[in-house]
Amino acid sequence: MNKAKECTFKCKKISGGKAEGPLLISKDRVCFYLADPESGKITEKDHDLEGKSVAGKVVVMPSGKGSSVVQADGLYKLSKFNNSPKALIVREADTVLVATAIVLEIPMVFKVEEDFYQKIVEGNCVILDADAGLITLKVDGA
Amino acid sequence: MRLDKHEEDMLNGKYGEGVSLAMKVLVGIGETFEAERLVDITRAHVSSSSQDADIWFAEKMANMGTVCRIPPTLNPNFDFQYVDDHLFETPSEGKGMIIATNEAYKKLGAIPILCCTPYFEQNVPGFGEIVAFSESNATAYVNSVIGARTNRESAQSALCAAITGKVPEYGLLLEENRRGEVLVEVEADIEDDFDYQLLGWCYPLKHDGFEVPVFTGLKRKPTLEALMNFGTQLNTTGVVPLYHIVGITPEAPTLKAAFGGKDVKARVTITREDIEKTRSDFLRKPGKIDFAMLGCPHLTISQIASIARLLDGKRAAVPILLLTNSLTKELAQRMGFLSVIQRAGGHIIPGTCVDIPSCWKYFSGKTGVTDSPRCAYYNEVLDITFNIRPIEQCIKSAILGELIE
Repeated sequence: MNKAKECTFKCKKISGGKAEGPLLISKDRVCFYLADPESGKITEKDHDLEGKSVAGKVVVMPSGKGSSVVQADGLYKLSKFNNSPKALIVREADTVLVATAIVLEIPMVFKVEEDFYQKIVEGNCVILDADAGLITLKVDGA
Repeated sequence: MRLDKHEEDMLNGKYGEGVSLAMKVLVGIGETFEAERLVDITRAHVSSSSQDADIWFAEKMANMGTVCRIPPTLNPNFDFQYVDDHLFETPSEGKGMIIATNEAYKKLGAIPILCCTPYFEQNVPGFGEIVAFSESNATAYVNSVIGARTNRESAQSALCAAITGKVPEYGLLLEENRRGEVLVEVEADIEDDFDYQLLGWCYPLKHDGFEVPVFTGLKRKPTLEALMNFGTQLNTTGVVPLYHIVGITPEAPTLKAAFGGKDVKARVTITREDIEKTRSDFLRKPGKIDFAMLGCPHLTISQIASIARLLDGKRAAVPILLLTNSLTKELAQRMGFLSVIQRAGGHIIPGTCVDIPSCWKYFSGKTGVTDSPRCAYYNEVLDITFNIRPIEQCIKSAILGELIE
């Protein structure tokens, strides 16, 4: 019988809120401006997420990148089409993405326990509670 | 984070909803970066983009009746009157966004210099001054070249700082975080302003990290334009709000001073091959071009002078769009450069940015030439292909209508 196993990891809040959704994992830093708001797909050439949609996902990424305005405009456009990520999990916090997440009320955390990165597989479902500083990972297994 | 009574009052709404929201954002940032307190700023620059989130947030603040305590200078947007008269009809959607942006920031009490290089003339901090500058090229310039102190603000966080007159004290505001961490040995010969575009683009691709880099091996003293280019490109491929160049920038009189006793965390070498590879990657689509666009960041008067010399007595085969602020355009007129450029079929468009997709759709699918890698990168969203070449080559190509090598 398959049963879902749950693991919980501590993290630190950047932008408050709760979210639940499948993980999308990027090796590269992400600039949400280089995305198609109508599909949620990252369009940046040669990017780890090129052609993949961030819509409804909990995106795990090293950090944001890009100039001081493009993150906010990119995420705002995605959210207008209901295609923004549900939450963000980053290794390093950069002020541009931090301010963007707080202003747009997208839950965001960092400083996640290292174990988390060993266990996660793309598509795994997580429940993220930024205010409590907790991520619950659901792993399917026998 | 500890707030004093006045700051608590600001957060709790005593000074209005807008001030309270701005404080909430600043406290959120402060807590993320473990700031102990807020400190006062004396200047701000907001990289208003005139795009969706920017308008939404500025209008939200303006509609709450918020007025900035420290009036910030503003980034360029789009001079649709000039463009309508001389080039093409600006899409009405784009026009509407520009009008809404200008209106919202007017209510907020901002100073519309409409320029992305405020540090040259209209908003110039001093050494050690604590400021909130968004616009990543401006952040890099005021930190690195001037020695003022700002974190890499977003348009929204800088606006919150301007509204409250405060920023959380963390990161580059603190002495210990301004010291060098990565030693970058430049083996390639970096000679002219364009070489700094190449070096700026190249470094983050060789070293992916947030550490402060210290550049050595640059034999020639860079011009102001070279430093402007350098910081811009460092912040297109990477996140480099502060860098040092030994013997050039104020916090790096010597290698030892640049690192201030900190260990070298990493060493990076930029070879001649790295630079030459970048130079050849920047040739995207040789052959016929449809237009030339220069001024990302805004052109200085000396760049405009050199463009005028190249265009004197010539006639360009394709439109040449030169972007700068209104003061520099005025100077160009007084100095006779504007007439020379206009007779050759060139345009000096004031207060305008290359990255306003709702307004620049006219060039979608077309091929251009620019001296700025950042201009090329952000216009990928409009499917505009840019060859990236030095100013002289851009202008000569525009005269011919074809990319010259």
